[in-house]
Amino acid sequence: MKKPGKMLAELLRHVTKRPATTQYPFKKIDVPATYRGRIVFISENCIGCKLCMRDCPASAITINKVGEEKIFEAVFDLDKCIYCAQCVLSCNKKALMTSTDFELAQITRKNLRMVYDAKPKPPAPPKEPVVAPPADAGAAPASPQA
Amino acid sequence: MVNPEKIVKIPIGPQHPALKEPACFTVSLNGEKLVDLDLRLGYNHRGVEKAAEGRTYTQNMYLFERVCGICSHSHATCFIQCVEEVAGLEVPPRGRFLRTLIGELERIHSHFLWLGVAAHEIGFDTLLMYSWRDREVVMDLLAMLTGNRVNYAANVIGGAKHDVTDEQKAAILKAVDTLEERTKYYIEVASEETTLIARLSNVGRISLEDVKRLGTVGPTARASGLSQDARRDDPYAAYKEVPFSVITDTHCDVYGRTLVRVGELMESYKIIRYVLQNLPDGPIAAKAPRKIPAGEAVSRYEAPRGEDVHYVRGNGTEKPERVRVRAPTMVNLLSVPKMLEGNNLADVPITVAAIDPCFSCTDRAIRVADADGGNAQVFSWEESRRFGIDWYRKNGVDFTDVNKRLAQRLK
Ligand code: SF4
Ligand code: SF4
Repeated sequence: MKKPGKMLAELLRHVTKRPATTQYPFKKIDVPATYRGRIVFISENCIGCKLCMRDCPASAITINKVGEEKIFEAVFDLDKCIYCAQCVLSCNKKALMTSTDFELAQITRKNLRMVYDAKPKPPAPPKEPVVAPPADAGAAPASPQA
Repeated sequence: MVNPEKIVKIPIGPQHPALKEPACFTVSLNGEKLVDLDLRLGYNHRGVEKAAEGRTYTQNMYLFERVCGICSHSHATCFIQCVEEVAGLEVPPRGRFLRTLIGELERIHSHFLWLGVAAHEIGFDTLLMYSWRDREVVMDLLAMLTGNRVNYAANVIGGAKHDVTDEQKAAILKAVDTLEERTKYYIEVASEETTLIARLSNVGRISLEDVKRLGTVGPTARASGLSQDARRDDPYAAYKEVPFSVITDTHCDVYGRTLVRVGELMESYKIIRYVLQNLPDGPIAAKAPRKIPAGEAVSRYEAPRGEDVHYVRGNGTEKPERVRVRAPTMVNLLSVPKMLEGNNLADVPITVAAIDPCFSCTDRAIRVADADGGNAQVFSWEESRRFGIDWYRKNGVDFTDVNKRLAQRLK
C-alpha cells in the first residue's frame, strides 16, 4: 500500500535496540586477522635484496646495511606508507609481514618514522644505525623485537 | 519569453556546504526556475596520468586504485586489463572469478553509499542512516577478504592477490543473505513511500534520445531505458560465464535511477552466489614480467557509476609511456545541464547526486582553447597560480596583508 511513513515501523523496532556504532576508543574495534596494518620487519630473514624498496609505490621503506656483516635494518615512513602490502608480496624471504596494528596516529611527524633496528654482529666495529636516534625508536609503536 | 533582466546568476561552489567535492555550477535562475547551467571542473586536478609515467607498472596499480575512493577496484582492474593485454597475459580462471567477486562487492557498497547520499540530499536522513549501517556489512567483508575497507589492493598484474578460504566463502554467503533481505526492504521503501516517490519523480528528466546523444553511461543511462552494460557488451573478468541481467527502467528521472541501482544490488547478490559456487580450481595469478613490451591497449570496465575506460601505451620498459583515464562521471556530467532544464533550484543537489558524481576521478589537465579550436593555451602550475592571484586582486580580493600578518604570527 502506498502511504507515507513507510520507515516508521523500522524506526520503532530499533528504539529498544543497542546502537549499531561502536564506542571507539572505549571499545576496541575488531579488525580481521588479514588486515593490512603496520608492516613488521624481521631482520633475521632479510638478505638485503631491496626488492621491497623497488616496488614500494610510496617510497616508504628503506633498507640499510648495519655494520660490516650482511645485517639489515628497515626504516618505515609510516606517514608515506599507503599500507598496500606490496612489499610483503615482493619479499621472497618472508622478512616483511602485515600486522593488525592500525592505531598509528602520532603527535609529531618525527614519531612516524619507524626504525626496526638490527644489532650489528658483536665482532664488527659498533657503528650507529645511520638514520635513527635511539630515542625515536622508543617513541614509535612497539618494535617487533621488543 | 524570459526577460533577461529578471535572470539571476548564482554560483554554487567550488566551495559549498552542500557539495562534497569542489566543482562550480553557475545557475541562471528566473524566479525558482533554472534557465541555464554552466559547469566548471578542474579544482581537483592531481596529475595522476603524468605521475603514472614516472612509476613502474606495479606501483601504478596502486596509484590507479586511488583515482577514485569508491570505485578503487574498478580503476585498478581497468588499468591492469590494459597492461595484461599489452603483455599478452592470460589471467587464470580462478583469478578472473575472484576479480569479479571483489568487483561486485564494490558495486554493492557503492550503490548503498549512493542510496544514503541521495536520501540525504532530499532530506530523508532516516534512509541514509539505515542504508549506511547496512553498508558496513559489505565493508567488513571487503576488509576480511583483502585487508582494507576501501583500497583493496586485490589485483596483481596477471591475476588476483588474495584467495578465498572456505570460512570466508561461508561468511560472504551469510552476509549476502543479510544484505539481500535488507535490499528487499529498501525496494519496498522505494516503491511504497509516497514522499520519496513524489520528491524524485519527474526530477532531472532525460530522454532516451538525449542519453544516446550525450553518451551517458551506467545506471544513469539505464534508467532512461538504454540497455548498455560493459559487463555484458564487452565481457571482462568472469562475466562471460556468469549469468546476470542488465537492469533498465523507463522512468527517465531520478526515481528511475534509484530503482535501477537497487535492482542492480539484487543482481550483484546473484553474481556473487554464482561466483562462489562455481569458483574454478587452479592458480589465481599468472606470472607477469617486469618489463611490459611495446604496444597499446584500451580496456572497458563497468564501474558502479558507469563505464570506465583506460588506455595504456607501453614502450618495452618497466614504466608506461602514456596512460589515459576516462572516468564515468566525465560523460555523465554532460547530461546534467540537460536534466536540469526547467527544474527548480532545489532540484539541483539531488539531480547532480543522482549521477553519483566523482569529481576528483574526472579532473584531468586543463587546456584553455578558443571555441574555434585554434589558440590553445596550457598553463603551468606557477602561471595558473599567478593568474589566480591577479584575477582576485583585480576583483578586489587581496591576501597580501593577511599573508604577511600570518607569517609574522607564525614566527
Ligand atoms: S625484499 Fe625482503 S629480503 Fe629483500 S630487502 Fe626487502 S625485506 Fe629484505
Ligand atoms: S605497505 Fe606499500 S607503501 Fe607501505 S612500505 Fe609496503 S609497499 Fe610501501
